[in-house]
Amino acid sequence: MKLSLMLGAMLTALFLGAALLSFLWTPAEVTGVNIAARLRVPDGTNLLGTDHFGRDILSMIMVGARTSISVAVIAVGIGMGLGVPLGLAAAARAGGWLDELIMRGNDLVFAFPSLVIAILITAVFGPGAVNAIIAIGIFNIPVFARLTRSGALSLWQRDFILAARVAGKSRIRISAEHILPNVTNLLIVQGTIQFSLGILAEAGLSYVGLGAQPPTPSWGRMLAEAQTMVALAPHVAVIPGMAIVLMVLGLNLLGDGLRDALDPRMRQRPT
Amino acid sequence: MKRWILGTTAALALATSAQAQQSDITIALQLEPPHLDPTSAAAGAIDSVLYANVFEGLTRFAPDGSVVPGLARDWDISADGLTYTFHLHSGVSFHDGTAMDADDVKFSLDRARAEDSTNAQKALFADIAEVTAADPETVVVTLGQPNGALLFNLAWGDAVIVAPESIADIKSTPIGTGPFRFADWRQGDQITLTQFDGYWGTKPALTQATFKFISDPTAAFAAMMAQDIDAFAGFPAPENLPQFEADPRFQVLVGSTEGETILAMNNKQPPFDDVRVREAVAHAINRQDVIDGAMFGLGTPIGTHFAPHNPDYLDLTGQSQYDPELSRALLNEAGLADGFTTTLKLPPPSYARRGGEIIAAQLRDVGIETEITNLEWAQWLEEVFRGHDFGLTIVSHTEPMDLNIYARPDYYFQYDNPAFQTLMTKLNATTDDAARSELLRQAEQMIADDYVNGYLFQLAFPTVADARLRGLWLNQPTQATDLTGVSWAE
Repeated sequence: MKLSLMLGAMLTALFLGAALLSFLWTPAEVTGVNIAARLRVPDGTNLLGTDHFGRDILSMIMVGARTSISVAVIAVGIGMGLGVPLGLAAAARAGGWLDELIMRGNDLVFAFPSLVIAILITAVFGPGAVNAIIAIGIFNIPVFARLTRSGALSLWQRDFILAARVAGKSRIRISAEHILPNVTNLLIVQGTIQFSLGILAEAGLSYVGLGAQPPTPSWGRMLAEAQTMVALAPHVAVIPGMAIVLMVLGLNLLGDGLRDALDPRMRQRPT
Repeated sequence: MKRWILGTTAALALATSAQAQQSDITIALQLEPPHLDPTSAAAGAIDSVLYANVFEGLTRFAPDGSVVPGLARDWDISADGLTYTFHLHSGVSFHDGTAMDADDVKFSLDRARAEDSTNAQKALFADIAEVTAADPETVVVTLGQPNGALLFNLAWGDAVIVAPESIADIKSTPIGTGPFRFADWRQGDQITLTQFDGYWGTKPALTQATFKFISDPTAAFAAMMAQDIDAFAGFPAPENLPQFEADPRFQVLVGSTEGETILAMNNKQPPFDDVRVREAVAHAINRQDVIDGAMFGLGTPIGTHFAPHNPDYLDLTGQSQYDPELSRALLNEAGLADGFTTTLKLPPPSYARRGGEIIAAQLRDVGIETEITNLEWAQWLEEVFRGHDFGLTIVSHTEPMDLNIYARPDYYFQYDNPAFQTLMTKLNATTDDAARSELLRQAEQMIADDYVNGYLFQLAFPTVADARLRGLWLNQPTQATDLTGVSWAE
């Protein structure tokens, strides 16, 4: 039952560890261009080979993990930081004008295809990791706002909330002290899923050249630059592709596993 | 059974005859023209489709870059070099049936050099004082001052002959005098040309030509491999060429271009206003690494802004050889011992994007940090070319004989040297070949001494084609895909 959780946690930990390690150490200097050593297949010196500029691919994957993860973390952070309070506020005033305003605003953002708007934002404000973060982050807001609101709405009907209201607590305090802790499980699971979508979105944006700019390594751009070299040196394209697949797979498994583990109803069920 | 055999034989016979008669070609280019008027835009993609195929000028470029007669049969030059009398071919007509005569030539040249002309190369016509049509087959061009390059200038795609009757729709329906007439343009996809029955000269072997536009290098590779296209002129991914060379179905032609690929420096922006800093940048660059890394070995190193295949070329690569020690010393001397940070703005072609990353690493070695920004062409033209908002950029200058851009202080790299400007004025007024050579060499030397830009390499022009195709241009003396001499073997 916990296999997916374990596998997901392991893959996520692997990339997270690689990203953290890259702050202190990488096998080779990541921007070290060495044309004479280009397109080397994996061997003892370069565990994952070298790319078309002779840069060490393992080092680039490690720093690329850092780029991807930091973009996704901050983007999810923006989404949660703004989305959750909005969702709580909407639930606290369910049916009121504030609820209407927030939810229709959400619908508006939801109505646009997120990646297209991300491309628009980076096209207007210039490509770069920061603009990619903002673009991905904005589209995380309605996801978290809706989830929080729906979770919170059912809680507002419960007796312990009624008790708190009778005790004279303000709606804001109830939201913070009683509602929020009870929707945390939902948020953790959704956060993991959004995190994996963030990784994918970052890879997509940098694939079309709108993510982190060179020489900062990013998986999407590594993939884009390697595609004409597939016939020549397949590993240059396969490795960043695998990194994206494994990272996203890991996060999805982790998300699924966490939902199973945190949901009390699922926990009681025998497998 | 008998019927089956008969049927097969018939099918076979049909197939062989169809093959023997192949007279159409599908040729791919990377860039699609924005419109189809070569006389009103700088976009080389227009000439790549139309030059020599649809439009012709008084003179034209031959495949080796020499200037040969075009619509003008021959010409006389007066002793003072001020009067050119062009004798036109007789019986030349435009694709719409109207006759091409001296009035059309006068119209075309006057239109190109007019005050309100949108011609991208107005400087070509600057010395023309008057154009007169002496009779229907004779045009007299009078110059304000002698210009040794007039015949060369008139060979450009910007100087082709157009007709007043069809000028209004030239951007969508180009009407010229060439061996092919424009048939159809499916925007974003392809342009079709068909043979023009009324052509005055030798009929081409091809009856139909389709230009397909494939910008993505991966798609270019796939289309070529699947033989969806017969040829790709200017193949965008040099790393794939060995595969085509090894495949008996294809031939690979690697020619030269007029494209001096340079690391342009903003000569007005500190610290690049200091010649020592520019020299330091030049010595920090390892050209061979850039050529190998960005172009997979295709390209000839250059040390000045001049094409190496030109007889007047001076090899000045030694003057800006790779020497990081010297580079650091020069930066030190310029008071930049700790290095500095600047911008490096890169347009889309792989020579720029890949070359930029390699050069950024090389500059970092001597202490110059660069912030790389990848730009689309439109943004590049806006920010860099017109806006002068850049420190460094990489671009290939594909116009032939374009040294005169260094005499324009408002040109994007903003080199302002009165001595050079005087030299160019002198060059324009000189018609004697030996004297011109001498002046050209002086000019080459001067910009190398001033380290105006980092001179990288002469852009190569790879063409991948079906092995049975004959007569494609090897080199690119001007941007053109001349199909007049192209035929299928067997």
